[in-house]
Amino acid sequence: MELAVIDYGASNMFSLIASFNRANIHVKVVDESEGLGRYSAIILPGVGNFTSAVQKIEKLKNKILDSIVKGTFIFGICLGMQLLFGESEEGDGKGLGIFDGKVVRFPRTMKVPHMGWNLVKPKGYSLLLSNFRGEMWAYFAHSYYPKPSNDAIIKGTTCYGIEFASVVEEGNIFGTQFHPEKSGEFGRQVIRNFVEYVRR
Amino acid sequence: MTVAKRIIPCLDVDNGKVVKGKHFVELKEAGDPVELATRYRDEGADELVFLDITATVESRDTLYDVVKKVAEVLDIPFTVGGGIRSIEDAYKILRNGADKISINTMAVEKPEIVRELSKKYGAQCIVVAIDAKRTYRTSSGFEVYTHGARVARNIDALEWAKRVEELGAGEILLTSIDRDGTKEGYDLELTSLISSNVKIPVIASGGGGTPKHIYEALTFGKADAALAASIFHYREYTIREVKEYLKRMGVAVRL
Repeated sequence: MELAVIDYGASNMFSLIASFNRANIHVKVVDESEGLGRYSAIILPGVGNFTSAVQKIEKLKNKILDSIVKGTFIFGICLGMQLLFGESEEGDGKGLGIFDGKVVRFPRTMKVPHMGWNLVKPKGYSLLLSNFRGEMWAYFAHSYYPKPSNDAIIKGTTCYGIEFASVVEEGNIFGTQFHPEKSGEFGRQVIRNFVEYVRR
Repeated sequence: MTVAKRIIPCLDVDNGKVVKGKHFVELKEAGDPVELATRYRDEGADELVFLDITATVESRDTLYDVVKKVAEVLDIPFTVGGGIRSIEDAYKILRNGADKISINTMAVEKPEIVRELSKKYGAQCIVVAIDAKRTYRTSSGFEVYTHGARVARNIDALEWAKRVEELGAGEILLTSIDRDGTKEGYDLELTSLISSNVKIPVIASGGGGTPKHIYEALTFGKADAALAASIFHYREYTIREVKEYLKRMGVAVRL
């Protein structure tokens, strides 16, 4: 099986690709010219600005949405998770709009970016967090967070001034606001969980 | 809950090998970067810093190679600094897999470059390293040095810290030149002065020799993270021991 990582220019995808390679998964970096049909899963990586990322994926948008309808798995990480939603306070442009809700900024009272290690608390049954019961440390670097309209997709939360959704899942769609590729042993397990689920 | 206080081992890299300096000179060899990086990761390091201490033109390609090898195996964030002279240098390091770059001399000589880098790659990956020394030439009593602590700049360390925050630095790596390599403890006065006057995280560096020193830097020094080198290299304490001590003392750490 092969995974596609969507390239939107600015982001540093080296670590993300390396983390899948360590799980013995081959990852192909794809840009707007390519089809997505042959991939088992699509990874949306996560560094940069919402508006510029939206512009970069514009041409791939329909291909991504078609693949998802056909059952291809998608995993959005950090900004990639935010792109699963429709709009963001960070700037103009429409995300993929797979999930209802809005991406908003942390309260002004908090230091942004929210950067460093913070706790993820599992909520309900989650595939990504299936081996974890209690809170786990994960690495974050972001200034905005998604506010899903449907609480049922929230599978993990983190507190930083407010409690926000740090893990979302529904069907073949997954997202983490933290960086699993930078979250040590916990992140490794999250990636393994995703890969094993895709493989089944 | 806010973010955990971080423990950051520092690896000084000289031509592909990790060494430990004392007062930025007298180098002693200590090991292979990839090997040490994974050992620290397994012991519970929250992040790593690599400093290319020779930073000659010839050592650059070796450094990019080290960065790439480290990024292939390491799944915690890491910063690379030392000898970054241009946006191009910074880009090469980030492209090879580093999460953050640390700049020092270049920031002092061309402050606008901090703004440019921050705009381009985001504040989260721009660390400005400030090497400060107690002198009588500036109003706070702490003066900025560059070129591996060899050149006095007659710039006040406090004013400079505020300025780099304004320019878009995401973090400050603050080294006390007086304490570096002494294991006598961090300069708490310097650390708390800078930490209380900027809103971005401050990493205390220089002088950490015991878990208690690290505790002091994170509490009295108000630092968000503590950097240490030799106490971890020579296994005087493991990172886990330090973190367990901090936890007992009521500091929020990732354990």
